[in-house]
Amino acid sequence: MTTSPRTWQPLRRIDREKLLLGFAAPALALATAFVIISLVMSLTGQNPFLAFQIMGDYGTKADSQVWIINKAIPYYLSAVAVAIGFRMNLFNIGVDGQYQVAAFFAAAVGGYLTFSGTLRIPFILLTAMAVGAIWAGIAGFLKATRGVSEVISTIMLNAIGGALIGYLLHDGRLAERTQNIVHTPYLPESTMFFTIQTDAGRIYGTIVIAIVAGLAYWYLLGRTRFGFDLRSVGESESAARAGGVSVKRMVITAMVLSGAMAGLVGMPTLLNDSGTFGNNFPGGIGFMGIAIALLGRNHAVGMAFAALLWAFLERTGGRLNFEGYNQEIVGVMQGIIVLSVVIAYELVRRWGLRRQQRMVGAQLAARAAATPAAVGAPVPMEKPPATTPGATGDRRAGQNGSDDPTDPEVP
Amino acid sequence: MAVTAALALTASACGESSTETADGESPGVGIAFDVGGRDDQSFNEAAARGADQAEEELGVSANFQTARNDETDADREQRLTELAQEGYNPVIGVGFLYGNAIARVAEQFPDTTFGVVDAVAEGDNVYSMVFAEHEASYLAGVAAALKTETGKVGFIGGVNIPLIQKFQAGFEQGVNDTDPDVVVDVQYLYADDDRGFTDVAKAKEQADGMLGRDIDVIYSAAGLAGNGSIEEVAGVEGAWAIGVDSDQYLQDGLAEYKDSILTSAVKGVNVAVFDLIQSVHDGEPLNGVGEYTLADEGVWLATSGGFIDDIMDEIDTAREGIVSGEIVVNDTP
Repeated sequence: MTTSPRTWQPLRRIDREKLLLGFAAPALALATAFVIISLVMSLTGQNPFLAFQIMGDYGTKADSQVWIINKAIPYYLSAVAVAIGFRMNLFNIGVDGQYQVAAFFAAAVGGYLTFSGTLRIPFILLTAMAVGAIWAGIAGFLKATRGVSEVISTIMLNAIGGALIGYLLHDGRLAERTQNIVHTPYLPESTMFFTIQTDAGRIYGTIVIAIVAGLAYWYLLGRTRFGFDLRSVGESESAARAGGVSVKRMVITAMVLSGAMAGLVGMPTLLNDSGTFGNNFPGGIGFMGIAIALLGRNHAVGMAFAALLWAFLERTGGRLNFEGYNQEIVGVMQGIIVLSVVIAYELVRRWGLRRQQRMVGAQLAARAAATPAAVGAPVPMEKPPATTPGATGDRRAGQNGSDDPTDPEVP
Repeated sequence: MAVTAALALTASACGESSTETADGESPGVGIAFDVGGRDDQSFNEAAARGADQAEEELGVSANFQTARNDETDADREQRLTELAQEGYNPVIGVGFLYGNAIARVAEQFPDTTFGVVDAVAEGDNVYSMVFAEHEASYLAGVAAALKTETGKVGFIGGVNIPLIQKFQAGFEQGVNDTDPDVVVDVQYLYADDDRGFTDVAKAKEQADGMLGRDIDVIYSAAGLAGNGSIEEVAGVEGAWAIGVDSDQYLQDGLAEYKDSILTSAVKGVNVAVFDLIQSVHDGEPLNGVGEYTLADEGVWLATSGGFIDDIMDEIDTAREGIVSGEIVVNDTP
């Protein structure tokens, strides 16, 4: 950035600081959450420490781990779908509808295809992604052409999706009936995804899909021109437009990508578990994805941990219920954790920003004091601006173009 | 990334399972409820009453577990597995969503007896309890048609699924057979979402809309959510609510509104659950499919409150017609 050792050194210190802040935020969040949860439980007459012990014991057992991993796969995919939108300030609340519509059509296509076996899998996956992309694309199109808020349109599309499935998931339309369950035709055994056998149960092979999706997300958004454009639209539309980015096209593209990812959310259940889409197909994972994306800070690895944490809480929540605790306490914990994380990150970000400003300011003041004394010192006049943006309070120009000193996505 | 995390997790506690199979005395009966929980005053409550009766008469205690909304089969399997591993016997899943999970878990615990309400599950150690809801609903329809003064009655279903359509079909047929001029307004709270059984506010809203359209008898088949409809109906003079699954006139949680509860289409889940617990207690566990119909008093129309005493002749005629096979009640609308 600069050859002058005087300006170089503080910058390096800020970098170390950044690392520290990166750890401070989640640590603060978890500690806060822990304290609040303990308080809530104590106030309602439940022993929090015994509960944490039960959760810790039970959640780390081998069969619990398999269960948790399997449960986390759709959560992760859902979080990635939401995060794609988040990165450009699009709030796709419609992942829930997108994945259900996608899973329904994918299951129907898979069930009615005539050629046998493994060959159907790519068709099922592609159908799911395409349907999810179309369903989200509607909202993207409406936003780009008519300025309709994606928050409104996606949540309405959730309802429309529910009605569409309700209509088609009917004996004689695209489904058949077994007792009280109406479902698409069962996929044959050969069309199911592989599983990884362990001593404690089977891990869904669709974990591979989640890993590939996570890698693709990381690479596409963090390492490509497209990802840069997408993020820059999220940072400032006018700046992106000035940089030659078509904002409308980016809106549609981001929604389509988010929807395609959402289409995969139902696949672990469909291809590794149920083999059919029926009126017992799990719902609500799209909303879970929003919380997990927030918790994981839109970071590919962060979201993986968040998804595992969510699954851990659900697994151990069932056990808590068994031990006489209220099952609702898990929902309370999830809420508290998300709030703590959001608040802690914001606090740490502001604190880091102020600290950074103070340091740069102090350093400039020191230099201003030093310059007149050392006449002819090799400090060019245009040097100071290189470090001043932080001091002027423009957080965007701080470091490496990151708006957030704790943003883990920016190296 | 995820793999590393997964492997790290798996490596840390290999081979250790979360629960060891309990030995010795069974701690009693394990009951896993559908959404809404034991105090839904309706469906789950009926199952709980069966267990309460077993506790009183047989000294068998019960452990109640409840489902959350939006569960998967994995969640349900976990709940059932834990009950079975802790030694509970029988283990009963209340609600059709438990069908798959019961079949899978029953296979792993051949020495435990399993029961499932509203579904038929495979397995030699599984007792499936199914009910003729449409027959009781038919009688509710007869009562509604005779009691309405506006000529309009309403049906509120929780979720538009075959199970709830049975209630609708029976009710509509009962109304039409009694008085073809009476119009039945059918509404479902959700097309495809189990919140339909817990969303009290939405049922209240729906009932409010119906009352505004001059409908004066509302039959709700929506589990816990139906309480909202009953509450709303109770606020209107001259309007009647018809309860479901439990005799809702007798429910403590609904005592405030009981003077508006005309009758209830009762589903004898308590009878079925008690049957099963008793059979296990006696060492001769039931298995296969248990059908509970109007003929064998597995379902019935409640008379608590005495509001339908004046029309009992018509209702008895209809009951006899169904029992004798003269009236065939459709189970799909």
